[in-house]
Amino acid sequence: MGPEDIQVGNFFNRDVVSIKDFSRKDLEFIFSCTDRVASLKPHEKAELGKGRTLGYIFYEPSTRTRMSFEAAMASLGGSSIGIFDSKTASVEKGESLADTIRIMDLYSDVIVLRHPLDGSSRFAAELSKHPLINAGSGGEEHPTQAMLDLYTMLKVKKRIDGLNIGIVGDLKYGRTVYSLLYGLSNYDVTIHLISPPTLSIRKESIYEAMKDLKIIEHENLDDRILSDLDIIYVTRIQKERFPDPQEYEKVKGTYTIDTSILGRAKSDVSIMHPMPRLEEISHSIDNTENAIYFKQAAYGKELRAALLALILNERLI
Amino acid sequence: MSDSNQLLVRRIRNGTVIDHIQYGRAMFVLRALNITGKEGNVVTVALNVPSSKHKKKDIIKVENRFLEKDETNKLALIAPHATINIIREYRLVEKRKIVLPDSIVGIFGCPNLNCVTNSEDIKSTIDVIDKTKIVMKCRYCGRALTVNELVS
Ligand SMILES: [Zn+2]
Repeated sequence: MGPEDIQVGNFFNRDVVSIKDFSRKDLEFIFSCTDRVASLKPHEKAELGKGRTLGYIFYEPSTRTRMSFEAAMASLGGSSIGIFDSKTASVEKGESLADTIRIMDLYSDVIVLRHPLDGSSRFAAELSKHPLINAGSGGEEHPTQAMLDLYTMLKVKKRIDGLNIGIVGDLKYGRTVYSLLYGLSNYDVTIHLISPPTLSIRKESIYEAMKDLKIIEHENLDDRILSDLDIIYVTRIQKERFPDPQEYEKVKGTYTIDTSILGRAKSDVSIMHPMPRLEEISHSIDNTENAIYFKQAAYGKELRAALLALILNERLI
Repeated sequence: MSDSNQLLVRRIRNGTVIDHIQYGRAMFVLRALNITGKEGNVVTVALNVPSSKHKKKDIIKVENRFLEKDETNKLALIAPHATINIIREYRLVEKRKIVLPDSIVGIFGCPNLNCVTNSEDIKSTIDVIDKTKIVMKCRYCGRALTVNELVS
């Protein structure tokens, strides 16, 4: 089923595998439902997932994403069970992904999967009878992160169309960047990609998004670009993604966002980050209006709660 | 075929002539069809044959073997503009163009080593997303794939 076939509102039992499966209409529907669910009183919200179980399987550690889903499910009155330490899990005994999914499918109403292989969520969603949410797969897909990023932009900037967005850091290995670009390709935005050449975006992975996006690549975050940006989306340069540790030492901390950068940017520039951050955003800016990465994490929980509510319920209230 | 080409490649009595192969691709075609020469039948390969349409082309004549449609599926990527001529008793009994299918299942492995299809027990599925430029995509990992990545 292609995105254009999906009726607005038809999210009941739907898999969330790739951001590419969601049209602008779908995204806008999710965003308006997020507003609605977030405005409910706690006891009303707690009806939406009552007696339901979220089963998570994390083949890679991601405390924040897992906690965000757990908190979202708890706010709906549901519970969560799962595997998040692949060292103790049956995963290490060589059980196939297929078997792990089949078992979790027996115990839960919705499955949340994080897995290092590309396409693992698509495969798992074909196997499971219950809806499956991709919480990060392979190098390129993290659809709920992209949704919450877009939702955050919308909440803070009141619009997404017309924004100048700079994406800074590790664009090659950062899976959130790919999903975000596909999400943004539904909107009329200008994208500046700023990274060292060794960490520039993989063109073959954004083939379809490039048709709809104005993308300009840069090596440095110089003042001319900086003064244009409405949003600076910073990504972590991840050590574990580097085959060569020396290469990591060379590029880490290349683009640290600090008060000096803020001083040269638009006064209302917003700084986003999928978290966790290391040295790429200075703590000195945490208390400024520009820093919206904690808001982003809070919106993330709200968006995931709404998404779960849509998937678990035939109708919302 | 023009007269000069006929001098290069002899007529065959029974078998398949694969004409209009993009030049340089004949060896890939042989590999895809699993023609090694060990089968014993006569196989004639002509490379860089002058062609009115594309300047140069490759031609393969396989004697005593009649290519089935599911085999031509494999050639859709390697030689999309090739024509398949089935010859019986020196006569052309069937001429068909290769049609690019919407998806190709179980023939090519996904070249993305990090793709789940290379780890779990799944039939690789390659969807054709642009038939003129011939751009494909792995249904699972979503990677856009070119012919060269799949074939080589
Ligand atoms: Zn693949």
